[in-house]
Amino acid sequence: MSRVDSAAERQQAKEQVYQNLQKNAAPPRHLLRNCLNAFWTGGLICLLAQGVQSWLLTQGFNTENVGAPTSAVMIFLAVILTSCGVYDRISQFAGAGTAVPITGFANSMCSAALEYRSEGFVLGVGGNMFKVAGPVIVFGAVSAFIAAIAAALWYTLGGGAI
Amino acid sequence: MSVLRAGRQTWVFDPAPGLLGAGAVAGKREGEGPLAGDFDVIHKDPYVGQKSFEAAEQKLLEEACNLAVRHSGRGRDEIDLHFSGDLMNQITSSSFTARSLGIPYVGLFGACSTSVESLAMGALAVASGAARLALCSTSSHTNAAEKQFRYPNEYGSQKNGTTQITVTGAGAFVLGQPGADAVPVVTSATIGRVVDLNVTDAFNMGAAMAPAACDCLLAHLRERNIRPDHYDLILTGDLGWVGSTLLHDLLAAEGIFLPQNLHKDAGKMIFHPAEKNLAGGSGCGCMAVTAAGHIRREMARGSLRRVLLIATGALLSPLSVQQKQSIPGIAHAISWEVL
Repeated sequence: MSRVDSAAERQQAKEQVYQNLQKNAAPPRHLLRNCLNAFWTGGLICLLAQGVQSWLLTQGFNTENVGAPTSAVMIFLAVILTSCGVYDRISQFAGAGTAVPITGFANSMCSAALEYRSEGFVLGVGGNMFKVAGPVIVFGAVSAFIAAIAAALWYTLGGGAI
Repeated sequence: MSVLRAGRQTWVFDPAPGLLGAGAVAGKREGEGPLAGDFDVIHKDPYVGQKSFEAAEQKLLEEACNLAVRHSGRGRDEIDLHFSGDLMNQITSSSFTARSLGIPYVGLFGACSTSVESLAMGALAVASGAARLALCSTSSHTNAAEKQFRYPNEYGSQKNGTTQITVTGAGAFVLGQPGADAVPVVTSATIGRVVDLNVTDAFNMGAAMAPAACDCLLAHLRERNIRPDHYDLILTGDLGWVGSTLLHDLLAAEGIFLPQNLHKDAGKMIFHPAEKNLAGGSGCGCMAVTAAGHIRREMARGSLRRVLLIATGALLSPLSVQQKQSIPGIAHAISWEVL
């Protein structure tokens, strides 16, 4: 075995030992607590949205067209909370609970828009607004495309209603 | 004045340059922490009256430099060299500050190790006679760093317990020939090597930097032929709660026992230990404000006589993290002693 090899192996052994040390030094990850918090905060946001929807239904909307204004209200609320600097603090506690609903998407766009305001409206806000939200849109479109192809194949090959 | 080479990495300065002046400017979270009483200025406004976080950081650095010069009691025109660095792309905070100061300027980048890196360079310049007085400064700003290295500030991402919070603050030091009064002097400096033990988690900088701190401390002890208890305090820069534990583990594996009361970490000292403060502070400003504010005053108060400062840096960029590169760490050490 050459000297270079043994040096590389020594480094690898060091890295291995260090990985084990890191496992012991890392603070405990509160997986269960985080899951529970995400569950009930996410549920609470959905409950709130349901309340908004029920109220809108009494204001002349019908079940066909109530979805869009409900989302708009939730987005508006998330943007207000983000602009007041509160949303990120709630998120630190709620995790996926505030990230998964549409409020999380609104937060990702609003926070980027606020952040890059100092670089101007076009290249700053315009160019960076989708910095965090962009991947969601890209992969949302990609997965919709794949789902559409699969559905089309299913129907052309004579499959029945799913 | 002269510089003796005590080994490959260590310089011993004899006679040693004195720490003539220091300035520490801190932000809101730091101003609510345990060291608040030792900062010269605390800014509650994250913008410091400026239009952007980046401009705010320049303001902090400028203020720290001016405070240090004023504290030294010497004129700005006597300062021959200004060493400075920060975390921003192309070290703009430092260069723009140097623009307004008008002192011959050398820009440095050592990530969070820049505080000690600049001090080592300043001490070298003064001890070798290249400069009568040298100004060494560094800064960081939590919002500006968050924007550049992580996510937009208001974005709701859940940070885990190993994440460290960048310190908002700037520290500056003026080094020169010591006068008659007992100012701390810079007796030696150890320039660290880049160490990488294949840590890839950018939200665990303490773990990425601890091996470099260990390597630098071992080199310093070996080349100066001293034991850790030569110092009253060994202060690491920003290893935080996770990295400090790892440093002790690594040193133990090398057969060096570092007593808990001998070692402190600026990242652990600067904020109260609370869950909201995660794994502690980090960033160039962390060591800079702790050393320029707290340690300098502790030495003046007489409660510390010999201190080794080891500033640690994680030499990553957002790009290198996305390209799945591991995080190289660096650490530099400098010793302050009251003779």
